[in-house]
Order: sequence, then C-alpha cells, then structure tokens
Amino acid sequence: FAEFGKQWYQRRVRGSVGVVDVDVCGPSLARIMGVNGQTVHRSAAGWSPVYTVDDIAVMSIDFLLESEDSAVIWRGDKKTGMIRQFLSSVDWGELDYLIVDTPPGTSDEHLAVVSHLKETGVTGCVLVTTPQEVSLADVRKEVNFCRKLRLPIIGVVENMAWYECPKCEVRSEIFPATSGGAEGLCKGEGLRLVCRVPVSPKVGRSGDEGVEGEGMPAEYGLLVDEVVRFCG
Amino acid sequence: GINAEYGEFQTYQHYIKRINLRKIMTNVSTESTVSPGCDNVKIVITILSGKGGVGKSTTVAVMAGELASRGHSVGVLDTDLCGPSLSRMIGLKGSIHSCDQGWLPLRGAVGKGTISSISLSYLVDDQNEAVIWRGPKKTAMIKQFLGDVCWGELDYLLIDTPPGTTDEHMTVMEVIPGCSAILVTSPQAVSAADVLRQVTFCKKTGANVLGIIETMSGFVCPNCSDCGLIFGKGGGERLANHCGLPFLGSVPIDPSLSRSLDKGELLQNMGSSTSSQNYSDIVEKLLQT
Repeated sequence: FAEFGKQWYQRRVRGSVGVVDVDVCGPSLARIMGVNGQTVHRSAAGWSPVYTVDDIAVMSIDFLLESEDSAVIWRGDKKTGMIRQFLSSVDWGELDYLIVDTPPGTSDEHLAVVSHLKETGVTGCVLVTTPQEVSLADVRKEVNFCRKLRLPIIGVVENMAWYECPKCEVRSEIFPATSGGAEGLCKGEGLRLVCRVPVSPKVGRSGDEGVEGEGMPAEYGLLVDEVVRFCG
Repeated sequence: GINAEYGEFQTYQHYIKRINLRKIMTNVSTESTVSPGCDNVKIVITILSGKGGVGKSTTVAVMAGELASRGHSVGVLDTDLCGPSLSRMIGLKGSIHSCDQGWLPLRGAVGKGTISSISLSYLVDDQNEAVIWRGPKKTAMIKQFLGDVCWGELDYLLIDTPPGTTDEHMTVMEVIPGCSAILVTSPQAVSAADVLRQVTFCKKTGANVLGIIETMSGFVCPNCSDCGLIFGKGGGERLANHCGLPFLGSVPIDPSLSRSLDKGELLQNMGSSTSSQNYSDIVEKLLQT
C-alpha cells in the first residue's frame, strides 16, 4: 500500500526520496514502482540504487534475483545481513527522505532496520491497517513494538476503508469495522488517524503495471502532507 | 466464542476430567496411549501466501470448519507468532493444558467433527503485547508446537503460516517432510509473483502442492449487484495454469464473513455467508484429490 503514497512524494515534496524494500521474501516494491527486473551496479561508493522515472531511488532484493520466481528462502540471520547491506552499502547520495517498506509482523526485518539505524535514528513510523478487528489486533502489537523501541509514530492509515461501486456510486464497507475501526484504535492508543483510503481497482492495476495511474485516491495526499509536516 | 470443553475422548480411549479452563498449564492425568507430536495425523497441509492480507488465515479457518462439519477431526496450528489471528477466527477460548506426555490442544465440536487448536495467543496474557522474536526463537516455539503437543489421531492438520518463505515455513517443512501445501493468492499480479516464489519454495522443500486458491475475487455491490473486480481478474487461475497446478477455486470478498471472524463466531455461522458455497466447493474438490 505505502508504495502509492510514495509515488506522490515526487509531485508534492521538494526533496529527494529513496525507498528500500526490506520484505526480502516478498519484494513487491520494485514492480509497483515500475522498476522490477533491473540490476544494480557496484562501484567504489557501493551499490547504486535503481532510479524511477521520477528520480526516486529504489533498493530491493528484486534487483539481485535471477528471475521472477527465484525464491528467497532465508532464515532470520541472513535476512538481517542483507538488510544491513541495503542500509549501509548502498550509495543513496544525499536524501531528504528514506522510506522503508516492511513485511507484516514484528521480527527480524524490523529489528534489523531499527538496530542499524540507531545512530541516524528513525524519524517516524506509519502504521497501515484495514478496518476489521483481526487487523487492528495485529496493529496494536505494532504500536507496542514501536513504543518498546522508542520509535515515534506519525500515525495510522486505514486502508481498504470502503469501496465505491463504479456503477452506482454507492459506498460499501467490505471489511466491517466491528470494533470501531482505525478511528477507535487511534482514540484508544492516542494516535493520529492520518487518512482513510478506499479500495480502488485503479490503484491495484497501476501497482501491477508499475505505472502511476490516473485517479489515485486523493486521500494519499493527506498522508504525504502529514509525513512532511511531522518530519519538518 | 465457544468454550472448549474436555469430555470423553474416544479417540484417545481414556477419560479426561473436566477442568476449569481459567487455570494455566494444569496437569491432566491421561493414560499412556496419548503421545506427543503429529505422527498420527493422516494429512498435514501447510497454507502459504506470498503477501500478507490476502485471506490466508480466513481460508484456514473456514476450511477447518467445513472439514469438521463433514465429520472430520481437524487440527489447526497457527505458526504466525507475531500476528496469531487464527485463534480469534476459530473462536475457541481457553488455556493450553498439559498432561504427562505433552501439551493438549484446545478442542471444540463442530457438527459431527472436531477442531483442535494451538496458537501462541493461548499462552500470552496480554494480547496487545508485541512478540518480538528473532528467527531462532520462533523456530524453537514452532518445533514445540509440532513435537510437544499431543495432536492425537486427526484426519487433517492445517498449518497457518505468516506470509513469505522464511524461518516458520522452513521449520515446518523440516519437521514434517511429507507435508502438503495450499497456496493462497489475490488476483493481482503483484500477489501472484510472490506465489510463484512460494511454488519454487515448495519444489525445493519437496512439499506436495495440492492447489491454488484465489481470494478477494470480486465484490458484489449490495445496491446494484454489479460485481466489481477490485483486484483484477483471473490471476489465480492463470498462475495455476502457468505452474501446472490444480486451481481449487476462487472466493469473493465477503463482509459478513469478515464480521463473523472478527467476533469469533465463524463456527456458529458456518454456511450462512456469501462465500460459504465457494469454500464448500473448494473443500469438496480437495476431498476428491
């Protein structure tokens, strides 16, 4: 999800942006940014990230794999080592923002990012959830994780909050918020609900094709504005 | 949710006293016929998906309910230690008890069958607490769940996994070399690409892939009945054809199912939601293979 928010940075943010995908087993970021299948070059300064047409620097294990169906069957310690390399051996240049996309959970990948960035520090975290309690239950754990490791939380994004029928324009809740949704969670935890994003077939399609689509939900703009404000 | 009750276990051929479920790890006396591990499980199926949020745990929960209501004894194990949502969906509540031979899963009757469940959430007091474990600790816990729990004689053991192909999946394949697998994907190509990686993983580890299930396959607008293909169309079937694997079926987005799972009322509401027929058909197909 967060990838689309990132695409908007190019338009709205004056600054250089880098994105790194630490979901080593399921690296979908490269495809969504439209740069899958490319290779990284090694120089004296380190690995060079792949740049999108909008000059966003991307690093992903996708660029190091031989083919699309190569499986990354690594245990935790090997994943940790790779993530360390992404963060330290890549020649990012001078970046204003580095966005890290993580897999679900609170495990090796997340610890690797936090421990490696201890010196520079993580400016903030954005938590993404869907409205149902099953999802919120996991996000509460993520909140707990951030608090334990003293990571500032920028806020929560509620994804797939509703669906607008393209035919009759009636809104439906596809994942009913049986326990108050993200709004309830934010109230309970004292967090900011940054935005609620609807399900959009256009977003899904543009992610598959790696192109920035027309008609991206305007709500993503709220996310970008809030992140810029928080980091500013 | 349903409170798991221990009564006469004909399959174990002994009698376990009714115990107050609020106590944790109470020792239960059993005869020595109970043995730890899953050697007496007929079919073990691991359910994998490349990406998170595609409905893997939902699929495991509903499939377990469908199999049990057809009279089978089904075990469900949640190896997603950081986000153990399966236990909430199944709706069994209680604590894990132990006997001399090992741990006992929570058990509930569903129709003519039974569901036995093990999850980290039964061991954790504060459900909001983050389980921040690295690979080796997760591996050790999963080995305990597979080796120290007295699963007993089951027709099926369904193993829910976190997304990806990492410690949890490797551990399951190592402990149960004869494991079968079912892959869950949403119709999007992004999700399908991850499933391709999982197919490779299954090949490398020797897991027998029973087939592919496509979830989030469209949504029928309750107002105008137009079926919106929110995440595209046909990705799952294309993937199955591409890999030469059986396509077990597709399941639409189902808000009423989502509601049931949130409240832990799945087992009471079996068969009553929009997607129930889809899941029933998938299980029928599975039983025929």
